[in-house]
Formats: sequence, C-alpha cells, structure tokens
Amino acid sequence: MTPRKWDKIATFVLYMISIFIIFVLAFLLLYILISGLPNVSWHFITSKSSSFQAGGGIGVQLFNSVYLLVLAMIISVPLSLGAGIWLSEYAPKNWITSLIRNAIEILSSLPSVVVGLFGFLVFSINMKFGFSILSGALALTVFNLPLLTRKVEDSLQAIHYTQREAGYALGLSRWETVIHVVVPAALPGIITGMILGMGRIFGEAAALIYTAGQSSPSLDFSNWNPLYIASPLNPMRSAETLAVHIWKINSEGIIPDATQVSAASSAVLVLFVLLLNFLARYVGNRLYARLTGVKERN
Amino acid sequence: MNNDEIRANLLKRSRASRNERFGKLISGACITIIIAVVVSIFYFVASKGLATFFEDKVNLWKFLTGTIWNPSAKDAQGNPQVGALPMIVGSFSVTFLAAIIATPFAIGAAVFMTEISPRLGKKVLQPVIELLVGIPSVVYGFIGLSVVVPFVRHTFGGSGFGILSGTFVLFVMILPTVTSMTVDALKSVPRAYREASLALGATRWQTIYKVVLRASTSGIITAVVFGMSRAFGEALAVQMVIGNAMLLPQNLISPASTLTSVLTMGMGNSVMGSLSNNALWSLALLLLIMPLIFNILIRWIGKKGAMR
Repeated sequence: MTPRKWDKIATFVLYMISIFIIFVLAFLLLYILISGLPNVSWHFITSKSSSFQAGGGIGVQLFNSVYLLVLAMIISVPLSLGAGIWLSEYAPKNWITSLIRNAIEILSSLPSVVVGLFGFLVFSINMKFGFSILSGALALTVFNLPLLTRKVEDSLQAIHYTQREAGYALGLSRWETVIHVVVPAALPGIITGMILGMGRIFGEAAALIYTAGQSSPSLDFSNWNPLYIASPLNPMRSAETLAVHIWKINSEGIIPDATQVSAASSAVLVLFVLLLNFLARYVGNRLYARLTGVKERN
Repeated sequence: MNNDEIRANLLKRSRASRNERFGKLISGACITIIIAVVVSIFYFVASKGLATFFEDKVNLWKFLTGTIWNPSAKDAQGNPQVGALPMIVGSFSVTFLAAIIATPFAIGAAVFMTEISPRLGKKVLQPVIELLVGIPSVVYGFIGLSVVVPFVRHTFGGSGFGILSGTFVLFVMILPTVTSMTVDALKSVPRAYREASLALGATRWQTIYKVVLRASTSGIITAVVFGMSRAFGEALAVQMVIGNAMLLPQNLISPASTLTSVLTMGMGNSVMGSLSNNALWSLALLLLIMPLIFNILIRWIGKKGAMR
C-alpha cells in the first residue's frame, strides 16, 4: 500500500461519510413529509383534537404553539437584548463578569427537562400559576435566554469599534451610541438569532410538559377577551402545544390513528421550523444588504 | 447668564449622562435577572433533590448503587427502595454509545468540509447540518418509534425498545452538533501547518491524519464531550424509544430507562413532598450536575490543548 493509494481510499471514505449524512437528512425529511403530508388537510389543521376517536385535528395545539411562541419571545427578546448589551458594552473585565459569563454558559447547557422541572416547581407550584401558558412561556424564556443573549453579544461584538468612536465623537453618550449606532448595525445578526431561537422554541416539548400542561380545555374562539376563562388568549389556561401533542399521543397511544396524526403533526412542525430557518437566512441577508449595501454576506 | 446659572448648569448632570445612567441600569437589570434565574434553578432543584438524603435519610451510596427503583414501597429492613443505578447505567450507556458512533462520522464530515471540498461543504453539507439541528426532538422520537424500533426488532429481536434504539436516535441528534464544532476546531488549525506538511511531500490524507487532526485533537474532544452533554440531557426522543423499564439493562435490546425518561414519566404521578417525589428530584439534581461536570471537562481539555 503506497501513501498515494491510502490517500485515494481515505478520500473515498470521506466522500461516503458525507453522502451518508446527506442521505440521513434526506431520509428524515422525505419520511416525515411523505408519511405526514397526505394526512394534512385544512380540516386537520383547524379542527379540535379528539381524545379517543380517530379523525381529530391539531387546530388548538397549533394555536397554542404560536401563542406560547409569541409570549415567550415578548418576554425574552427585551431581556436578552439588555443582557447582551450589558455584556458587550458595559461589562468590566474582572472576575465578576467572567463568573456571569460562566453562569450563562451553564444555563445554556442545562437539559431542557431540568428547565421544565424548574418551571414546574417555581412558576406552576410556588407562584401558583398552575399548568398555564404563562408558566410555559416563562419556562421557554429560561430555556431560550442564554442562547439569545449570546447571539446578541456576538452580533454587537462584531461591530467595529470605530463605529462607536464615531458616535462618541458626535457627543452621544455610550447608551445612545449603542441604541442608535451599534444595535442597528448589528441588527441582521440579532434578527437571525431571534428567528432561529423561535424555531427552537416551537419544537420544544420537554420544558413544556409540566409547565404549560398536557391538555387543552375547550376554547371559545369567538371571545378574545384575555380575562375570559375559555378565551384562546387567556394566559392562565393550560395549553398543549403541537410538540407536546406528538409526544403525548405516541407515549399514551389512546387514539387509534396516533401514527397518522403524529406523522401529520410532525410534518407541520418540521415545515414550520424549516420555514423559520429559511426566513432567518432571508431576513438576515436582506437586512444586511439593505443596511450595508453589500450583496453577499460571508 | 450670570455666574450662578453657569455654575449650576455645569454641576448638574447633563442629559447625556442621565441617559447613560438609565441605559446602564436597564441593561444591568436584565443581566441580574438572568443570573437570578441561574442561581434559583440551582437553589430550588438542589433543595428538593437533597431532601431525599436529609429528610428521608436515604443513604447517598445506596441511592447511586441500588438496583431496585420502587419508591412507594419499602424493602424488608424498612428502607425505601430508591436505587437509581438502572437509570444511571441507561443514561451513560446511550450517551457513550451514541458518542462512539457519532464521532467518526462527525470527524469524517468535518474533514470533508474543511480539507477535501470546502465548496461542496459550504454549499451542501453546511445547510444539511443546520437543518438537522433544526428538527425538533419529538420528531426524532416519532421517527425512532416508527422506523428505528421496528428495524431493531426485526434485525436483533426483542421488542425493539431499548438502549440500541436510543443510541441510534441520539446518534442522529448529536451528529450535527459534534460536526459543526469539529469544523470550527479544524478551521482553527493554521494554514501554514498544512502547507508545511504538503511541502514535505505528504499526501493530503497524510497531512489530514498526521498534522491537522493531531493539531486539533483538543478541539475535537471538546466537540465530542459537548455532544455527550447534549445526549445525556435529551429527554423525550429517548423516552419514546427506550422502553421505560426500570431494570438494570441486561443487553442492548432489552427495555431500559434513563434519568430523563423516568423524570418525564414519573413527575406527574407523584405527590409533591412525598419520598417518591423527592427521589425524582434527586434524579433531576443528578441531571443538573452532569452538564456541570461535562462543562468542567470541556474547560480542562481546552486548557490542556492551549498549552501545547
């Protein structure tokens, strides 16, 4: 065996590995879409789920997922922006800052089920929110905050210091410089990170099982007053999301068409997440081109 | 304007300075909230998880090495039967097996993306890996349930539920994470290393194997440990395919359980404050501590790698 021959073999093996990974993704996507999409219909997406019989839909679950996503983002976006700005612009270089950074890193490495249990203990039981959308949104915030903060900090750090100096030279305070100069320049990165975070939240189930609950009360879609008990917008009602629904019908398996329903729900879920991924890319590139006049982002 | 007014104006905080204090306060408050969340996670989970040992007087060693998990009943000596070993073994076996299978694939794909064909890597593999990361874990669980479990049942016998199925599912789940981190490690190897090796007449594979991979070993190990930390904490996908039998696993295809699967199944069925509930919180505490250990391991590897 000459080195030249080994080189050929190794190259071949590496090609095979790469093709294998592409094959795995193709298989996963095709499997989900082929087994799921035939079962997706307008009726399926909009109708109520059934607990025992076949033919239930995912309307309520889909609504819950979106509502939880919106609530969680409303709480976590300002928090992560503030925290990211502090870390990037105000943090002094000392041991306290490095401790804070470590704490955030640890928070991001915690398993989502632990975050869910923490939410169950603190939001559902100690704060008496029960199994509710509010508890779920808070748990999702805890789950999402470290990554968003990191993303904001990285995007701000990528802005050249001359931009900040330009701001100071105009007599702006540091805060004004950050808000009017640095954050707008870092916006493409921040928005991309936010949308990717939305995708993560949308598919998350482990953090929600014991916070937002595993059941949905019957909703009255004609009354949108958030204080009304059966209103879809009531944040204190329990809410099963799409991801939790897939998990639940598979592990309990009471309804006879569990496989079809979960295949179809998976297809909807994956399509939604893919959509968010493409949106993140598109919006990020678009904003970048808009703000800088550069066509291609590297 | 007389002198007093000028003096007052000079001594008063300027608008910009008030603005600055406001901004500092707001962003400082945000970071404080996050830190408070981290501290309270540790406080609440630890206070619940330690209750098993301090209030219910369960022996820590017996908890970690006992093989029978039946917290609602007591054994002949009147001690509660909270042996977490089956779950601990289950968690560690799926984690290690998944990492062992995923590592060669991840390194192979990463080498392909950085050394063999960066163009194809960026155009094809990079998006593929990003999409794989994006697929939610319940979907992996569902596919595991409808594809991997029947496959294992037909090929290896048994019910199909067990550590082997969990391993396959976790392998696909951690593959993209490990790959993209390995790519970063390989990219950080200076170009001059490769050029020096090629100039000595080494083939591309010799350069990859003897130079690039050696120079990035610590980065690759970090990537693998990070993937293991992910696999260890993964809950629903594993719970759906592992069979949820709280027995010490005899082989790879017999039903088993992991820390996460017991937690997701059991927490809803126990009363707060009871022993069976506290014992579950002790498992949660274990789950909380393990990422810390993985984290310390990653840091230690990073330091070792940096010194060379």
